[in-house]
Amino acid sequence: MPALNDNQNNMKSSYDKASGEPNALLELGGISKAFPGILANDAIDLRVMPGEIHGLVGENGAGKSTLVKIIYGLLRPDQGTIKWEGDAVSIFGPSQARSLGIGMVFQHFSLFEALTVMENIALAIDEKWKTQELRSRIDEVSRNFGLSIEIDRYVHSLSVGERQRVEIVRCLLQSPKLLILDEPTSVLTPQEAESLFETLNILSKRGCAILYISHKLHEIKKICHAATILRAGRVVANCDPSKEPIKKMAELLVGSQLPEINRGRLTAHGVERIHIDNLNYTSKDPFSVKLKNISFTVRGGEILGIAGVAGNGQTELMSVLSGEVKDLDDPSIIKFNNQIVTSKGAAERRLLGAGFVPEQRQGHSAVTEMSLIENVLLTALKTCDLEKSGFIDQAKARSFAESIISNFDVRTTGVQAETGSLSGGNLQKFIVGRELLQQPSILIIEQPTWGVDVGAAIILRRALLDLAKSGAAVIIISQDLDEIFEVCNKIAVMADGMISILGDIAAVSMEEIGVLMGGQRYEH
Amino acid sequence: MFTLERRVEQSKSWLVFSPIMAIALTILSGIIIFSVLDKDPWMSLYTFFIQPLTTGFGFTELIVKATPLILIGVGLSIGFKANVWNIGAEGQFTMGAIAGGGTALFLNTQESFLVLPAVLLMGIFGGIVWGMIPAFLKTKFNANEILTSLMLSYVALLILSYLVHGPWRDPGGYNFPESEIFSDFAMLPILLEGTRLNLGTVFALLSVLIIYILLSRTVLGYQFKVVGLAPAAAKHAGFDRAKLIWLSMIISGGLAGLAGISEVSGTIGQLLPSVSPGYGFTAIIVAFLGRLNPVGVLFAGLIMALTYIGGENAQIEIGLPAAVTGLFQGIILFYLLACDVLARYRLRYKPFLKARDRE
Repeated sequence: MPALNDNQNNMKSSYDKASGEPNALLELGGISKAFPGILANDAIDLRVMPGEIHGLVGENGAGKSTLVKIIYGLLRPDQGTIKWEGDAVSIFGPSQARSLGIGMVFQHFSLFEALTVMENIALAIDEKWKTQELRSRIDEVSRNFGLSIEIDRYVHSLSVGERQRVEIVRCLLQSPKLLILDEPTSVLTPQEAESLFETLNILSKRGCAILYISHKLHEIKKICHAATILRAGRVVANCDPSKEPIKKMAELLVGSQLPEINRGRLTAHGVERIHIDNLNYTSKDPFSVKLKNISFTVRGGEILGIAGVAGNGQTELMSVLSGEVKDLDDPSIIKFNNQIVTSKGAAERRLLGAGFVPEQRQGHSAVTEMSLIENVLLTALKTCDLEKSGFIDQAKARSFAESIISNFDVRTTGVQAETGSLSGGNLQKFIVGRELLQQPSILIIEQPTWGVDVGAAIILRRALLDLAKSGAAVIIISQDLDEIFEVCNKIAVMADGMISILGDIAAVSMEEIGVLMGGQRYEH
Repeated sequence: MFTLERRVEQSKSWLVFSPIMAIALTILSGIIIFSVLDKDPWMSLYTFFIQPLTTGFGFTELIVKATPLILIGVGLSIGFKANVWNIGAEGQFTMGAIAGGGTALFLNTQESFLVLPAVLLMGIFGGIVWGMIPAFLKTKFNANEILTSLMLSYVALLILSYLVHGPWRDPGGYNFPESEIFSDFAMLPILLEGTRLNLGTVFALLSVLIIYILLSRTVLGYQFKVVGLAPAAAKHAGFDRAKLIWLSMIISGGLAGLAGISEVSGTIGQLLPSVSPGYGFTAIIVAFLGRLNPVGVLFAGLIMALTYIGGENAQIEIGLPAAVTGLFQGIILFYLLACDVLARYRLRYKPFLKARDRE
């Protein structure tokens, strides 16, 4: 901590705040914003210099998104001041933010899939351009900043990385002085991330400041000139990330010493529990990904991590494995515990010992408007005998919910609480707990710790390891490579609806994974 | 300025209070409407809402009118909970009246106590069949049940019209488009001598009880709720969506059919070109006013029935147009939907920000 304070002082002294020189591009003073039940931003100060790449670091829920929404005019602060180039301003909306010179690229893109790149850009910019002028301007911007895009392609045919480039170009057309990027690499392969970093460096050298939001500390360390670390809505430190060890920043981020997860030894040769053979699936939804020739097996005691960039068929794979989708193309075969389940529904697969946790919690693995007891029934109804000749066994369901709460440390007001009132981490503990207490011999889980606080993430990862040790086969579909390396003992990569099995996780390199994650999708 | 702020949890007390507030606002609007129509507002309100209840007969008439609304309303509330939008209860009601009434006409010379059960079962069956058509179209072709069930209502009404103008017309009825009068064996017994209160009301109360248990205690009721609140979660649980669509259409169609046959064989006593003053449509409002909760539907049915007899009374006593009934029904639904916002959101006064420093 003292080292950090030194750095902070060093940084500040180099800009000489006392003289009040108008050096800072953006200066926030004491910004606070409350939502019902939570103080999202608590007296936050932030200074961004012209041309600086400034990292805004924090866990999910630390208040980063709220803060940038305030800067971009999407939210109004309850308290505090915003200074832009030395003048106090109120930002009433995104168009005003853009006219000041602030551009933003959101984590979830706002592009129309059924329109071309050109049409999307033309729709979104504030000034009126002639088509030809706009075209040449887009060309110019994309060449200057190394952002290659094909103007006339339809957005639905673009990869995620390409879509992001469209969003960035769209912002750059307005020649912003500050570009905000919200978790830009969460959807990129390592190689794509590299090329984004190059672009950001060019931008910075030309004087455009960048507010870079992320929770990936190695990225912050690599590209940022300064960083502000947020925790629970407050600034806990300002630092120069190039000089700070990652572990120290991580501890500041989390607010405690990081506990280690002990992967331990997983029994290598358990019985074959999951067997997928030549799985093919074409959804009726034209924007979904086709699953092609997927074959693999998972044995008891194994945890298979399926890595990949979002939108490469993970969601489709999950719905096929869980039985939510059954109309597969021939000759797909799915076997759970040596029984063919290809045409069986989710409830029947559960009776054969399988458990599923899809990525989306609210409204998919849990009904937020219902109580915890009622949510127990969603998947445990048949496997745990909570049904008595058509009627719900309330007492049994209640005690099941209570044991989830006590076993997995779910913080809630009680089993009658509306499930939507649980925080992300507690909701996920409840959902995973519900599956684990059914003692599955197969568990397939997507993004197990997405949006979950670090404490809950550790509990969840340990629970998955324990389950595998007890002889179950586990599949983790995750975009978080760190998580896969931490928990899994086998790895596969999913790209463009296909899966490449890499096998033992100890024997693969990050580069290998990165190349596979890019897949054939980017070869046009 | 006032802002709407999302509540962390849906307010339970507002769920009860918002219908009450909606009714209060309806009365307020009534006062304005009556004043504009140059009627004494207090007198008009009294005629509309209170006078019908001042006599014992008026009171039983209220229940007679509420009976079909409740029967249809509880059935609809199951479908609405499951996001199955059966708008065609009017048609299922009419089909129940046709199938049951047809049976009554067919057996009109039989002097057997089995006639009434046959009439009732055929009435329910008629409603079920009419409800199954949209269910089939939805599960097979993904056709929107709002459209199909609504359009089938008009088909049913026209079939009834054809039958009473043609094949089923009473030969001794001076060419009026009416069927023969049903025999006593086909009529629902009257509960209270000298009134029109009949066994149909008992069916309505039973349906409230059964549907209440179904929704709150059984797995099937739970599945209806899940599929409505979170269709993806229902898929995740492995519930059979098609089965739930079929069942909700069968239950709501069957209850509408029962309401239809109870109306003709309990209250009217023969088939007429029109057997319903729009009960099937009004029951949609009843279902929502009652919060899709069977007990709530019971009370909502009584309130909406009051608009019917109040409207009739107002026509007779102060010469208001018949459209006033529909007007009040519409206003109630409108305010109810508006007040519901407050169950999810709270109204907060927020002073302007101090940071208004744009000199």
